[in-house]
Amino acid sequence: MTTDTSAGVRSGIGTSARRPDGEPKVSGNFAYASDLSSEDMLWGATRRSPHAHARMVNLDITPALAMSGVRAVLTQNDVPGEPLFGQEEQDQPVLCDGIARYWGEPVAIVAADDEETARRAAAAIIVEWEPLDPLDDPDEAADHGKVFREMRIRRGDEEAVGSVVVEGFYETATQDQAPLGPEAGFAIPDGLGGLDLYITSQWIHVDHRQIIACLDMEPDSIRCHPAGIGGAFGSREDISLHIHVAMLSLATGRVVKMVYDRSESFVGHVKRHPARMWYRHEADEDGNLVKVTARLVFDGGAYAHTSRAVLANAAFFTVGAYRCDNVVVDAAVSQTNNPPCGAMRGFGAVQTCFGSEMQMDRLAQALDMDPLELRRRNALAPGDPMATSGQIIQGSLPTIGVIDAVEAIPLPLPLTEDDPRLLPGGTGLTTPKSAVVRGVGYAVGIKNLAFSEGFDDFAEARVIMTAAGIEVHTAAMEVGQGLVTVCQQIARTVLGTDRVAVVWDDTSQIGSAGSTSASRQTQMTGGAVYEASIGLRDRLIADHGGDDLRDDGVYRNSERVATIAEICAGGPIEHHVQFRHPETFEPDENGQGDVHAGFVVAAHRAVVDVDPELGLVRVVRVDTAQDVGRALNPQAITGQLEGGIMQGMGLAVMEQLVVDGGVIKNPTFTDYLIPTFVDAPDVETRIIEEGDHWGPFGAKGIGESPTISSTPAIVAAISNAIGKNLTRVPVPPEDIIGNAATLKASPHS
Amino acid sequence: MNVTFTVNGEVQTVDISGPESLLSVLRNNLDLPGTKDACEQGECGSCTVTLDGEAVCSCLVMAADAQGTIVTTVEGLSSDDSLHPVQVAMLDAGAVQCGFCTPGIVVAGAHLLDENPHPTEVEIREALSGNICRCTGYGAILRAFEKLSAEES
Repeated sequence: MTTDTSAGVRSGIGTSARRPDGEPKVSGNFAYASDLSSEDMLWGATRRSPHAHARMVNLDITPALAMSGVRAVLTQNDVPGEPLFGQEEQDQPVLCDGIARYWGEPVAIVAADDEETARRAAAAIIVEWEPLDPLDDPDEAADHGKVFREMRIRRGDEEAVGSVVVEGFYETATQDQAPLGPEAGFAIPDGLGGLDLYITSQWIHVDHRQIIACLDMEPDSIRCHPAGIGGAFGSREDISLHIHVAMLSLATGRVVKMVYDRSESFVGHVKRHPARMWYRHEADEDGNLVKVTARLVFDGGAYAHTSRAVLANAAFFTVGAYRCDNVVVDAAVSQTNNPPCGAMRGFGAVQTCFGSEMQMDRLAQALDMDPLELRRRNALAPGDPMATSGQIIQGSLPTIGVIDAVEAIPLPLPLTEDDPRLLPGGTGLTTPKSAVVRGVGYAVGIKNLAFSEGFDDFAEARVIMTAAGIEVHTAAMEVGQGLVTVCQQIARTVLGTDRVAVVWDDTSQIGSAGSTSASRQTQMTGGAVYEASIGLRDRLIADHGGDDLRDDGVYRNSERVATIAEICAGGPIEHHVQFRHPETFEPDENGQGDVHAGFVVAAHRAVVDVDPELGLVRVVRVDTAQDVGRALNPQAITGQLEGGIMQGMGLAVMEQLVVDGGVIKNPTFTDYLIPTFVDAPDVETRIIEEGDHWGPFGAKGIGESPTISSTPAIVAAISNAIGKNLTRVPVPPEDIIGNAATLKASPHS
Repeated sequence: MNVTFTVNGEVQTVDISGPESLLSVLRNNLDLPGTKDACEQGECGSCTVTLDGEAVCSCLVMAADAQGTIVTTVEGLSSDDSLHPVQVAMLDAGAVQCGFCTPGIVVAGAHLLDENPHPTEVEIREALSGNICRCTGYGAILRAFEKLSAEES
């Protein structure tokens, strides 16, 4: 996609334009969903299952109903429409249907005059349970056929053999997105039997579809509005309290507010799938990959959510950003009584990148080869077939470019200061400088862009010229990533004016923008805004016989032929677009086909200081080179890279949701550790611009890439420091201290 | 019971039932939702305000204990026509993404600079270590405060 760009715009593409919501956010005036309130609103609360698996033998809501100030108590019997919801498969009851399948599953909901009464009433509901054995082992579930999906990839010669062989078994933990903004919903009756819903979401149209089905309502009678979102990272891709708050509002005819507290948030949204991955890499003596064999078992938890798509991503990126002619992958995502899993930044590619990059380091050791040389030798490039699907890479993919660029960033100086704040263990004073060993590690990661496997992926946008300036209308969710700025920048550049405002439409006013996920909105909604802006510009120029559109009107031969006021004399003029990316296809029975719309690649280099005696790690710095296609807003890109690296670092060394028998043991910020300011490594970034074959101005989405290869780079650096291979994240101190190099056999091998 | 304290320069009296936190009273009784509620355990710093000149997590302060104190929230740091220098620096550095942690960081950071106008990098990190940011990775926030630290006071 190319265009002539108008001159004279200050804050168009390529600039670090300021975000329009920045000032309200720094001054405390930005309205997040949890900030909405009205004088006479009711508060909602949820009663949840205390068991991971149990039969409900008695449910008595009368004690709650008898409480003063309680306006409604609802159970599954009160769901007016479809009893089940789900984005891909409708398999989860809106409220418990007699069997609790995970710890914290919603059982009943309450609306009351104030928050405290609502919570007390929820607690007063009598529920008697007959506990059942929880199925909490994903391998056992897979062995019994309890799976949401199995994937089989066969490419090339299954009998091919390499002369150098390395095997490994790898595990990644359950990671929580832990966005700071809690789940929140605000339902306002419209007086006509319908509702306006303001809900934390990543995709209001897919929420809307599920809400109206369960409420048995006409599409127009429920309007989902984009609300202020405090981060998402995948956690808001699936329904949490959406249907509940709507049910309570319809039942009472009152405005109802629901907000999860932190512990409830930990059970209220899906997680990153924990994974078990067995790999065998075979290469020839020069280090060319000959065959990769892998078995993957992901734990999907109790309900499907997006597990099917996550597993496909994991399987298709089993080999990483490398060529390999012979690939055998068997993958399954199990159904268990563990917390439901779904989308989190990187969406399956995170787990297999960890496994495959650990394998590449082992292969380099076995070959006695520099690990970067091994990666360059096998690097995937445009025109190559993907090792797994066989899809020929279209567009740009600077794999060697990102490796070279990250390697060229100067390494930090050796540790010289004795300041405990710069040592592993920090001010705990556990580690003298003399005990510290430094390590350096690299990793490369690849991810698909937008939706895959034949999904009808589109985004709508409407661009309107008014006498006051340009309005960009969209229902795409701004979750903090900066889409709002990118939409403005694209419209400014195409339409030759800085006066552009983004207007968020509800589900009745505009069609779907698709999900704010899969690194897709810069290209998808950005693509829609681009095409709508081009359409509007071309029409105005044609209507007024001009050859250019500028801030103050249409021009011909550098002379103005129509002012904005004249153009808009008959009212605002709009252009509406439904944008689609290149078509993708479902894979065949061997996982072959053009399943993806595009790819993005990144490389990370981590430097760590380790206390090998205590197993403590300080991540000193993580540098990155990122394929961006074209940089629309360099400052926003840097922010995504730095933030994504921090979540990758969290998975590498500290973030783990501890689940025992299906029960989450650490659903608080006290016990679920997130990197803080003192944990945060320095980051240096290199942006690699090679325009892609689709997307506005050749830009690629980069939201997920920084989280994918940062984790294995940090683990590789720890391995490098201690001289042992590591196999699981977050790396437990005992693996650093103990003999972590021992290979575990796959239960399926 | 009534509790009376000064918020952003105005004396306020609130009728509370007893167990409310200062955070709850600010958000629900005084219509000051700029102070955020994200963990209610004093771990994330989203609810940071100053109380008699000290930066505190308002979720850990009983509203009753605010009796007679002077409280400043994020809303009290700017006026309609001018932002606090910390707010300007955060915007310039691109230190705001989702922004949910931002009010707490603005208040904690303004308090840091009041106490120590020229903090070192390590001092900035330590002073803000009680404020979790899940979006930015802290880099842009650090750059904002390093720039402020380098300015003449």
